[in-house]
Amino acid sequence: MISMKDVYKKYPNGVVAANGISVDIRQGEFVYVVGPSGAGKSTFIKMMYSEEKPTSGDVIINGKNITKMKRNQIPQLRRELGVVFQDFKLLPKLSVFENVAFALEVIEEHPKVIKKRVMEVLDLVGLKHKMRMLPSELSGGEQQRISIARSIVNVPKIVIADEPTGNLDPENSWEIMKIFEEINTRGTTVVMATHNREIVNTIRKRVIAIEGGMIARDIDGGDYGYEG
Amino acid sequence: MKARTIRRHFRESLKSLSRNGWMSFASISAVTVTLLLVGVFAIIMLNLNNTASSVEEDVEVKVLINIIEDEQQLKAAEDKLIQQVKSISGVAEARYSSKDEELNLLIEKLGEEFKLYEQSNPLRSAIYVKAEDPLEILTISEKIRKLENVHSVVDGKDTVENLFGFLETARNIGLVLILGLLFTVIFLISNTIRITIIARKDEIEIMKLVGATNSFVRIPFLLEGIWIGILGSIIPMIAVSVAYHNIYDALAPRLKGQLLQLLEVSPLIWQVNGLMIILGIFIGLWGSFMSVRKFLKA
Repeated sequence: MISMKDVYKKYPNGVVAANGISVDIRQGEFVYVVGPSGAGKSTFIKMMYSEEKPTSGDVIINGKNITKMKRNQIPQLRRELGVVFQDFKLLPKLSVFENVAFALEVIEEHPKVIKKRVMEVLDLVGLKHKMRMLPSELSGGEQQRISIARSIVNVPKIVIADEPTGNLDPENSWEIMKIFEEINTRGTTVVMATHNREIVNTIRKRVIAIEGGMIARDIDGGDYGYEG
Repeated sequence: MKARTIRRHFRESLKSLSRNGWMSFASISAVTVTLLLVGVFAIIMLNLNNTASSVEEDVEVKVLINIIEDEQQLKAAEDKLIQQVKSISGVAEARYSSKDEELNLLIEKLGEEFKLYEQSNPLRSAIYVKAEDPLEILTISEKIRKLENVHSVVDGKDTVENLFGFLETARNIGLVLILGLLFTVIFLISNTIRITIIARKDEIEIMKLVGATNSFVRIPFLLEGIWIGILGSIIPMIAVSVAYHNIYDALAPRLKGQLLQLLEVSPLIWQVNGLMIILGIFIGLWGSFMSVRKFLKA
């Protein structure tokens, strides 16, 4: 499903964000990626959707070696993934419905299918009744739910989330986690970078800890393992 | 690309114009103001050029023919000379004017008292020569001077040279100004459009993150550029048309017989309007293309 082999990433400023990472994530797994700030979590996540390319090594997603992908093949990869960000990344001038539908318009889906799918996922995240609103009219938690809805609307096999609860209060964070668990129980692989100790220690899943660009721990049902 | 995706791009580009209301307004206003300048300038330049061309076309040399007492010999000499002049390469027209016609011209110009000479006409018959390329007229007059039975050639060498020099300078200045204006316009407008697109950098980034191809991102922006060009050219087209119509109606009758002649409203207005809308579309497209390209590369 997701496989990294000897991945090394050095930025032009000399920072080494991945220093020989090798890892396999199987279909249907739920994986937390934890570690101190600047340890290389975001780079690890970004390499999965080809926002960053490794300096050396291989990243294989759904059987395809994405390090060897040409620039024009990247859109195809991203259509097979769902990505959720800390800052939601919603289009501010599009309505809730339009924001979610956008991921399907990109793949030239039929309007009837778009409407049906968007309604389904908005229902799943509990925001069907707010579909005509603009993102600015929603709370942070609601915006993140829209972002999740967009990430799963094209039924991806993998959802990648980079600190999805980072900007949310505890109550909203738990709401978001419930949705991720629901997505995971439907068979979707979830990879989530997080700083949220309570969540990792409560909803026990596989924990990959990254420190200094290397995997420091990789334990099924592990705990957060850091103070604070 | 599917037909409904193309329809979607059209729809999105129009929606986006209204969503980004003030930014669109800024771009359209920039196009309007600059195209208005281009339009006014184009009309002035085309009219000046027309006047210059007609002045050039009016340039002719007058060939005075030797006086030969014998009427028949004179006629034969004149016919031969006309043929010779016509055979010079670059001569567009050689019009014969008898000495009686010359006198009539003189009377017309200088007054009735010259009728005195009707009894004994001292003038010479003449040939008026025009060149295919007015700038060649002095070369032609040199060749005519060498022909038999030519008394003299009146070509107003200095005047012609000064006139042509002046017209060439005026045209060159006009050309430089037009090119300068065009570059300024392209720079100004594409910059305005760029600023509006920079403001939408995040939008492009998000589009790419959900898997939009570059062309999927680019096309609505390009269409938006076209709409900006078209919308921005509407006011200049109307303003220039109405203004020139009125100016033409007011000035054309007064300018009859004058050196400066205004070009007919049609086709001039269609040409200038066409120029403005094409320029508007081109600039809109180019501005969008360059700006989006920058973000798609990133």
